[in-house]
Amino acid sequence: MRLDTVDQEYMYSGHVGCPGCGAAIAMRFFLKAIGKRTIMVIPACCWSVIAGPYPQSTLKIPVLHTAFETGGAVATGVRAALDIKGDSETTVVTWAGDGGTFDIGFQALSGAVERNENFLYVCYDNEAYMNTGVQRSSSTPYGAWTTTTPGQEWKRLRKKNIVEALCAHRIPYAATASIAFPEDLVQKAKKAKAMTGSRFIHIFSSCPTGWRMPSEMSVKIARMAVQTNIFPLYEVEEGLRYTINYTPKGYLVNEYFRLQGRFKHLTEGDLASIQEMVNEDWELLRRKAGEYSS
Amino acid sequence: MQQVLEGSHAVSEAVRLARVQVISAYPITPQTHIMERLSEYCADGNMGARFLRVESEHSALAALIGASTSGVRTFTATSSQGLALMHELLHWASGARLPIVMAEVNRAMAPGWNIWADQTDSLAQRDTGWIQLYCEEGQEVLDTTIQSYRLAESVNLPVMVILDAFFLSHTFEPVDVPEQESVDRFLPPYQPKFQLDPENPCAFNQLAPPDVYMEMRYNIQSAMDYALDRFEEVEEEYFSIFGRRYQAVEPVQCEDAEIILVTSGTVTSTSRQVLADLRARGEKVGLLKVKLFRPFPVSLIRRLVSPASKVAVIDRNFSFGASGIFAQEVRAALCNLPGHPPVFGYVAGLGGRDVTTAIIEDIYWRTKNAGIPEQESFWVGISEVSHAIGHC
Repeated sequence: MRLDTVDQEYMYSGHVGCPGCGAAIAMRFFLKAIGKRTIMVIPACCWSVIAGPYPQSTLKIPVLHTAFETGGAVATGVRAALDIKGDSETTVVTWAGDGGTFDIGFQALSGAVERNENFLYVCYDNEAYMNTGVQRSSSTPYGAWTTTTPGQEWKRLRKKNIVEALCAHRIPYAATASIAFPEDLVQKAKKAKAMTGSRFIHIFSSCPTGWRMPSEMSVKIARMAVQTNIFPLYEVEEGLRYTINYTPKGYLVNEYFRLQGRFKHLTEGDLASIQEMVNEDWELLRRKAGEYSS
Repeated sequence: MQQVLEGSHAVSEAVRLARVQVISAYPITPQTHIMERLSEYCADGNMGARFLRVESEHSALAALIGASTSGVRTFTATSSQGLALMHELLHWASGARLPIVMAEVNRAMAPGWNIWADQTDSLAQRDTGWIQLYCEEGQEVLDTTIQSYRLAESVNLPVMVILDAFFLSHTFEPVDVPEQESVDRFLPPYQPKFQLDPENPCAFNQLAPPDVYMEMRYNIQSAMDYALDRFEEVEEEYFSIFGRRYQAVEPVQCEDAEIILVTSGTVTSTSRQVLADLRARGEKVGLLKVKLFRPFPVSLIRRLVSPASKVAVIDRNFSFGASGIFAQEVRAALCNLPGHPPVFGYVAGLGGRDVTTAIIEDIYWRTKNAGIPEQESFWVGISEVSHAIGHC
């Protein structure tokens, strides 16, 4: 599939992300899809830094940086102001990390989605508080080392399923996407842009720094997360109608875990348990897609 | 037009007349009547505003930060716990230089649960960069709310219009509600210098390293200094159209006063009565009502109280480990003035306890009969039981 938006650039050189930053790749592709008439709200996250310090900005769209837990609420206010000014053309986007979405910003997000605010919320998910130095979040997966789940205290709890939580709100559109599948990501961003009401895209964004892997592995690891069903690509309309966008050949999870330092402590037994969890989640998703196929 | 209005509804009328465009709120007693009336106005078309029914006070202010940065006029109202929950975003709104106006109904902080009048909630936010205006009665509430938009939008700082729980928020008084045309003449549409605009993409509130942050903070203080002058100009302009003004600090019979009582909020009204009674008995007493608390009108206060021999500050608030907060501020304003009068601090009326004429008169006589202040704060009317609990 050819990307017809590939020539448009709204993210310029000079960003201050780490080498191989998945969040930077995610932003670049997302902006190609969403276009110029966008106002972006960025609560505290890696992108508060990546965009660069005053007076420069690497983004050629208007950006409102705001407090950690306010992504849903600030976007609500921006949308209300645009509506009252008669601007129905501009898309309001909140761009937040997993901490600002799954944890501290969840209340404001839930409130905004319950009100069906007309905006698009994007969570770029690097599975921990990377900006503050790799602390665990409720998005950190089972088995992961972080600086607050060190040594044998590695996280023995499952990652929160944020898409399911939003589907419980009957959100008009929720989708997962990956930096390793840009065509799919661009298509979902464009689809979401064309809709009204609350929309949510969950982008898997690898983090070489926090995942303890070489920077050149960023896209490969993101691809493997999809291919192993650890992070399936799917979309849900009205919280009910599931579509799986990519059915992998069923690679085993071991290789994905073996390549990342954050998982190096896991035993074969641990990996076997994780494989079971991944299989269980995938079957559950397939059942939903089968029952409610669009 | 003269109407009998509840203090809360005086706020609502002013917000309608100010042609506010985005309102956002979360309910808390005793703020609710303000927002209920506004939600009715929005629902029945009396106002062309968007009314956002958000899921917390934190989100109420966050939404206004988004709306105000998008270039529209905004309003919210809260109280006590709600204001405390907003704390982080109070800093954000002033740091982002947004002219948001908020009505704040002074209510005690929990625990124990207490919904009654107490200024500690708003005074605990004195360092957040908001202009604070304390009101005494319903007409003042309406006029101050309208004026606040002129003030906020000319200095790019947010404003809190503050009224006592129940004593003011739920009390009905005759209030002159101005005509829309007159208010339009006083308050033109909001036209921000900067706003979120896809045609002119800018980043707001981004990373500010040490080489720029301090200047940004200095600019806020410069705006606060400017607000002192601007407040007087706004009042003059308002007076020229509506014939009413309140002053940052209102002196009542201070010229020849030996003792000056310093008050704020509704305690002022009761104090006016005490002043009249004491004057009738030949006592040389004056009253100073402090309306503008941030920026604190240091020069005015110095000038007005320095001729007196004693100053007695009544605080319906407290800073634990220190003293009543208005007393702190008055002391700080006077400390570099050679030979200034001693400042007596009195704490009264916390958690909605009545501050009666008898209490205020007692404060006067205590001050008159004392030599110098023996403590930073004297707690008026404390019972023995309370003392016992205090040492546990």
